[in-house]
Amino acid sequence: MSHHSTYQPSTGFTRWLDSRLPILRFVDDTLTTFPTPKNLNYWWVFGGILAVCLALQIVTGIIMAMHYAPNTLVAFDTIEKFVRDGNFGWLMRYMHAVGATMFFFAVYIHMGRGLYYGSYMAPREILWIIGVLIFLAMMATAFMGYSLVWGNMSLWAVTVITNFFQSLDTIYQGLGTTLVEWIRGDFSVSNVSLNRLYSLHYLVPFIIVGLVVLHVWALHVPGNNNPSGVEVQNPETETLPFHPYYTVKDGYAIAAFLILFAFILFWLPNYFSHPDNYVTADPLSTPAHITPEWYFLAFYALLKAVPSQLGGVVAMFASIIVLFFVPWLDTSPVKSGKHRSFIFKLAFWMLIFSFLALSYLGAKSPEGWYVWLSRVFMGYYFAYFLLLLPLMGLFQKTSQQPASIEKSVS
Amino acid sequence: MSTTLDENVNRRDVIHIAAAAVVGVGAAAFLWPLIDQMNPDASTLSFASIEVDLSPIQPGQAITVMWRGKPVFIRNRTPEEIKASQDTKLEDLPDPIARVLGPDWGSAPGSDEGRTKKGHENWLVVIGVCTHLGCIPKGQKAGEPKGEFGGWFCTCHGSQYDTAARIRKGPAPRNLDIPPYNFMTDTKIKIG
Repeated sequence: MSHHSTYQPSTGFTRWLDSRLPILRFVDDTLTTFPTPKNLNYWWVFGGILAVCLALQIVTGIIMAMHYAPNTLVAFDTIEKFVRDGNFGWLMRYMHAVGATMFFFAVYIHMGRGLYYGSYMAPREILWIIGVLIFLAMMATAFMGYSLVWGNMSLWAVTVITNFFQSLDTIYQGLGTTLVEWIRGDFSVSNVSLNRLYSLHYLVPFIIVGLVVLHVWALHVPGNNNPSGVEVQNPETETLPFHPYYTVKDGYAIAAFLILFAFILFWLPNYFSHPDNYVTADPLSTPAHITPEWYFLAFYALLKAVPSQLGGVVAMFASIIVLFFVPWLDTSPVKSGKHRSFIFKLAFWMLIFSFLALSYLGAKSPEGWYVWLSRVFMGYYFAYFLLLLPLMGLFQKTSQQPASIEKSVS
Repeated sequence: MSTTLDENVNRRDVIHIAAAAVVGVGAAAFLWPLIDQMNPDASTLSFASIEVDLSPIQPGQAITVMWRGKPVFIRNRTPEEIKASQDTKLEDLPDPIARVLGPDWGSAPGSDEGRTKKGHENWLVVIGVCTHLGCIPKGQKAGEPKGEFGGWFCTCHGSQYDTAARIRKGPAPRNLDIPPYNFMTDTKIKIG
């Protein structure tokens, strides 16, 4: 929450600096004295974890770029050469690849936390929207990074994803084709496409850094939401300084997260990838079962659930666009799911189940009852946001909510 | 045995120090792969030595080969060139050191014997990178300027080398370096 700066420069130099560039004051205000609700639970540690993920991806990514050449003739080989011959190339490459998996794992929990505890509700709508923008930028970055490997899955993933825009031909003949050729810089996915994917894969993470700065800024105006869903009323008794209380708690969670990261990195580095991507890209042969990385499977299921080219693409994009409107779709007077009705809790966990089910179905071949199940869960996903959230709020009683954070923990 | 407890030190301090130490050691250990990945890798190191066949090089001719990304001059010197080099006194040399890459780089005397291998005095093998600012001196090909001392002439800034590739005039501070090499047979050398 916004608070009056209590930073006191203690030396001559810091006083001199503070009156010119109060950067130490900024660090002190945001990372040290920032008043944080004292009742945050462990679902609140994922913001810090995600910051670590982003930093790791950027560091390992800059290193990968030192050893990579975005040329279709050698791209695949440069990565393999780095993994096999480079000093710690195996570590850098798999840290980057597994890092993407860990990044999405953490971001999904972080988003689920926000959905359950109503962290998107006033006064945190902008904070939530910036978060959704970060998620979109992450998806774009992860997809483009996957394409750079230039295995056969990479090539066909880019082919399929860029062909999304082909569906615009059904609205205006030639529009989609023109757009697809503009994106690819060629009639098919080629060396030209790979070069621009590389350029953008390097750019977008820094846009994410900028968005994260805005995200933290937008967080520090209203302050953290908390499990009670009640705003801080008395900072004296209801908040703690970020340091040492939350630096230590976040640090502990980050250490635990890194242990899981290390386990996958060292024992299962290829567990989340697909053998077909160890075959060099071949424009004459599509892999038999083309599936995206696990973190895109739910969205991929939506694409396959709709029996129309344009419809599938629209469903996929709509599933994320709808998130932008959640702050206004939710009419509940109570923020925290903890203090909402049993119906809300059931609806929320069914949403989580639907997302997991769609992720499972996204990996299945689009035939028979898999398609029908995908449609059921897709229907529920949209119904949750467009019907249940607006309606459930109307029947929600405020009396279930504690009067204050202090009351909620005592 | 009695112990005294310092009132200002408590068990929590031990935890703080232990935690900070683990993080510090972990961060330092993690830093090494991030640094080491920029070092030459195994495939680069595998090109560290090359073999060169000398048989086609006639007296008075020279060839240039690539070794570790740099040009290596190999000249089959004529008897006159050898004599000119052998007759040069060490005190006339701006850099009287042999400059053979290795442990004796800064100490062995830069006489003609020091710059060549015994029994193969006609062969001069030097790294063709001017010790001034890294240009490649002229003098390898017929028709190129060889300078006043009949060796090499660096057209960048005017350094002149003699027939043992020792600096004689101009801004270069040292003789051209000699790479480590051995004669495998009379007509074949291994550089590196």
